[in-house]
Amino acid sequence: MKVRYFAWMKRTVGVAEEQVEPPADVRTVGDLVAWLRTKSNGHAEALSEGAAFGAAVDHRTAPFDTPLAGAREVAFFPPFTGG
Amino acid sequence: MSVRVQEADFDVGAEIAALTAGNTNIGGLALFVGLVRERHVREGLHRERIDALTLEHYPGMTETALEEIEAEARRRWPLEATLIVHRYGRLAAGDRIVLVAVGSPHREAAFEACEFLVDWLKTKAPFWKLEETPAGEKWVDAHEGDDAAAKRWEKK
Repeated sequence: MKVRYFAWMKRTVGVAEEQVEPPADVRTVGDLVAWLRTKSNGHAEALSEGAAFGAAVDHRTAPFDTPLAGAREVAFFPPFTGG
Repeated sequence: MSVRVQEADFDVGAEIAALTAGNTNIGGLALFVGLVRERHVREGLHRERIDALTLEHYPGMTETALEEIEAEARRRWPLEATLIVHRYGRLAAGDRIVLVAVGSPHREAAFEACEFLVDWLKTKAPFWKLEETPAGEKWVDAHEGDDAAAKRWEKK
C-alpha cells in the first residue's frame, strides 16, 4: 500500500510518500503506525506517541482502530489548519 | 452545489453572479471570504509578522471532505445554492484564501449554513498552513477555538 505524509510530518519522515508491504499481523491503522515507527528515526519521531496526528484511509479520516483490509492509500497528517 | 480547490485567485463578484444566475428562489446570500492576515492575534498576544504562507492540501481527500461538508449543510438547511472555493499554494498577506457562499430563500438559513461550513471546513478539510515569518518558517498549530466552533454544530 501507499503511505503518505503531510505538512511537518513529511519533513520529519523525510519523504512525501512511500510504498510499503507490512506483515500480515499489521491489521489496523494503529498497527501500521507502530510498524512504521521501526523504519527510521524520522518515522519514529513523526509517528511518536506524543505527536498530534491523524490518519486517513483511502481519503477518509480514519481512527486508529480502522482495519487496513483492502486499503490502497493511508495518509498521516497533523491537525488541519485551513480556512 | 460546487466545490473547487485551486491555486488561482477568485473574483468574488463573478462567483456570486454565477452562483445565483437563473435562480429566483434565493432571497438571501451569505458570504465568507478568508484572507491572509499579516499578524496573528490570539489570547491577546501579537505574534510575529507573517509575510506569506503556503497552503498545502491533500488532493483527492480535500474535494471529498468539502463535498461531504457541503452535503451536510444541505441536509440541515433549505439551501438553493452553495459554493466553496479554497486556494492552495503560496499566498501573501492580504490575499484571499477561501470563499464560502450560501444562498437560501431566507437569511437565517443562509447565515447559519455559511457559518457552519466555515467552522467545519477548518477542522475537517485537509489543509495545512506554513507561515513565512522574519524568524523563519513555521507550521501553524491547530487552534482550540476552531475545534470548539466546529463542535457546537455536532448533533446531540
